[in-house]
Amino acid sequence: MTLIVGASAAGLATAEALRRKGYTGRLTILGAEPHLPYDRPPLSKQVLSGTWEPGKAQLRSPEALGALDAEFVLGDPAVHLDVAERAVHTASGRVLKAENVVLAAGLHPRTLPGQRTLRTLDEALALRSDLLKRKRTIVVGDGVLGAEIAATARQMGVAVTLTGPQQAPMALQLGPVVAELLAELHTSQGVDLRLGAAVTGVDDHGVLLETGEVLPADLVVVAFGSVPATEWLQDSGLVLGNGVVCDSRCRAADGIWAVGDVARWHHETLGRLVRLENRTNATEQAVAVAGNILGADQPYTPVPYFWTDQFDAKIHVHGFVGPETSVVEGSLAERRFVVRYHRGGEVVGVLGWNMPKQARQHRQQITPRCPATAAASTPGAA
Amino acid sequence: MKITVDQDKCCGAGTCVLLAPDVFDQRDEDGIVVLLDAEPPAELHSLVQEAASVCPAAAISVSS
Repeated sequence: MTLIVGASAAGLATAEALRRKGYTGRLTILGAEPHLPYDRPPLSKQVLSGTWEPGKAQLRSPEALGALDAEFVLGDPAVHLDVAERAVHTASGRVLKAENVVLAAGLHPRTLPGQRTLRTLDEALALRSDLLKRKRTIVVGDGVLGAEIAATARQMGVAVTLTGPQQAPMALQLGPVVAELLAELHTSQGVDLRLGAAVTGVDDHGVLLETGEVLPADLVVVAFGSVPATEWLQDSGLVLGNGVVCDSRCRAADGIWAVGDVARWHHETLGRLVRLENRTNATEQAVAVAGNILGADQPYTPVPYFWTDQFDAKIHVHGFVGPETSVVEGSLAERRFVVRYHRGGEVVGVLGWNMPKQARQHRQQITPRCPATAAASTPGAA
Repeated sequence: MKITVDQDKCCGAGTCVLLAPDVFDQRDEDGIVVLLDAEPPAELHSLVQEAASVCPAAAISVSS
């Protein structure tokens, strides 16, 4: 039997890849939430705005899940792992033993006491309910998720302020040139950008900045990063450190594997440990892990990728942000372009703004070895 | 095998094109998926199944 701890994109894709590669053993998928696998990128966009019914975020049809021939055990969080026995204990008292255990439990959002976050479907619907009351809203966090929530809320007609320590939204993930364009977009659409000062807390009056300023708010949404869901593994004996530490095969111990947001593995071409919080990694790493469970013995060496949709901008980033940029297609002025990031003579990344196909076509120019900041590894990235 | 794509869900990643360029393409103007072959030959079925599974927007469905 193979036990997959986590019933979201990474866990589901691991199960699918195992079946596709011919695995005929028992498959059990354990989920902390009560829901069948659903997708998270739409939560901050189509589900929050109401453009989609929540059901449209389901990852697979009932027929496709039936064909998978896997048992879903839902609404029962894992609380302990016995590595030697490869046994997972759950909150309800179940003990599930398997030849292979795949850790795909994802992230917990960092938060401030009493404030809204957005990680789960239920949290997205609760936030939507609040936004519909048109409260004065402050989004704390200038990364991908915070910027997406601000954009969606603004499009719902809500008065929104976006706060965070960077000079422009997503500056870390986009580099200064493109982040400034994103700042202009948010401002032109009516988002009040209050950036460049970290938030120190929230009280009855609003959000407190490190400058001493208080920003009045009726509703505060916190989106300043997440931590890997490893609290239940603290006493397992596995090596933990910003995720479940794995070898280049994504193996944490004999018969124990990790995949998706929670996995920090040795990326052989980069020569260091990497953890990626993005949607594509969840499924691509799942394919690699399924292969290695079945004996492929292959290293996982992806080029990171994420996208974000905000107002009319569709931004796609492949690889890494480097210190030098050049426009290789389109133009910044027309807000339709592909930018290449360089470090020395090497192409380390490619970004498309409303040019997804063209950005993907430039992806192959990225040099495999690029020891730069991982743009697509930052919190909240889709 | 019969493939359907949901262009409303598609995010334009192009993961499917990287895996199976004879079956999938993207529109030049917005990167949305274009299905080139809804009933591809058997030798492509495994790649198409993988494309459907790893699609980051769950926009590809396959029926037998």
